[in-house]
Amino acid sequence: MTLIDLANPTRFLSLTAKVLPWLAGATAVLLIVGLYQSAMAPDDYQQGATVKIMFIHVPNAWLAMFVWGIMSVAALGTLVWRHPLADVAAKAAAPIGAAFTFLALVTGSLWGRPMWGTYWEWDARLTSVLILFLMYLGLMALWRAVEDPSRAARAAAILTLVGAINLPIIKFSVDWWNTLHQPASVMRMGGSSLDRAFLVPLLVMAIAFSLLFITLHLAAMRNEILRRRIRTLQMMQAGRPTV
Amino acid sequence: MIGCALLVLGIAVALVLNALRDSIVFFSTPAMVAEKHIPAGKRFRLGGLVEPGSLQRGEHLAVSFKISDGSATLPVAYQGILPDLFREGQGVVAEGALDPAGVFKADTVLAKHDETYMPKEVADALKKQGHWKDDYGANAGKKSGDGGKSMQGASR
Repeated sequence: MTLIDLANPTRFLSLTAKVLPWLAGATAVLLIVGLYQSAMAPDDYQQGATVKIMFIHVPNAWLAMFVWGIMSVAALGTLVWRHPLADVAAKAAAPIGAAFTFLALVTGSLWGRPMWGTYWEWDARLTSVLILFLMYLGLMALWRAVEDPSRAARAAAILTLVGAINLPIIKFSVDWWNTLHQPASVMRMGGSSLDRAFLVPLLVMAIAFSLLFITLHLAAMRNEILRRRIRTLQMMQAGRPTV
Repeated sequence: MIGCALLVLGIAVALVLNALRDSIVFFSTPAMVAEKHIPAGKRFRLGGLVEPGSLQRGEHLAVSFKISDGSATLPVAYQGILPDLFREGQGVVAEGALDPAGVFKADTVLAKHDETYMPKEVADALKKQGHWKDDYGANAGKKSGDGGKSMQGASR
């Protein structure tokens, strides 16, 4: 099984039809386990119970960046390899990524109020994530603004690659500049500074959110393929001379 | 071709960010303030650790404390409710301006927390075994704002 085998939309549809129920089931199980572990996690020594917002906030924030990374690979697929499903993957991922980014911003805001004393500050990490959210919205608008799918795909692919510059800025903003947001806890030099009691539920939630994304993404890609087929059929219908 | 374009774009962004470095930093430390000679009345954010033993509470939620970054220290005056995490030894960011006497008059105080997360029992156990590097609990004071809820004075 290679990417080339998946290039045929019909094979993609039949394969995902088999895989999707299992993915959805695994997502549900892991989400339940992760939420249960999160609820049972102990209070933090300085943040108390508000630390539990982390189990929702951090997976959302990771996925917000991960989805843009996926779209960047798909953008290369569109521009370089001309993979037929690459632009379908990129288009289907944008709204899901926007939703993850929005949730990361909202949960972060709700966490910031009790801990930092503010819902929002224009620090480098918060601002760069807000820019990511606005770029998701711009990308979705661009997909809709150009009617011809293949031309829309090229424009969106270029915007996606330009926007990818923001990913390292988000990741390292807390190291490069003084920020209100604390530096990374899990993915950092010298190992995680999270106690196991918090690390285990966080990783379970992160895997659950990743599976959730894959499930939603494959389903959205199927919809997009079917939508394009309908469009083609309508075009053929319109082109046929009426009796 | 795409790789070249991205490389050029990346360098451009890096140069822009480098040029904007002063405005992107969220706060200045006392040492940076001394270096930059910020005039009295100009608003900026001051960040650092609340110096242990410097916190004084007055009437009507007035507090004064010192913010230190290890090499320099600035006195801060503030009136209002402090965030829950505020305590001596904690990282804070205050927004306001210097007065002519060199005291930083803050109208907002935000608390920072570090990237370490651990259950309270683990923190207590570490402290008991003497593995805690800083002054955990040593400087816990009473807060006027939250009905004297006990505080654990731990931070880096």
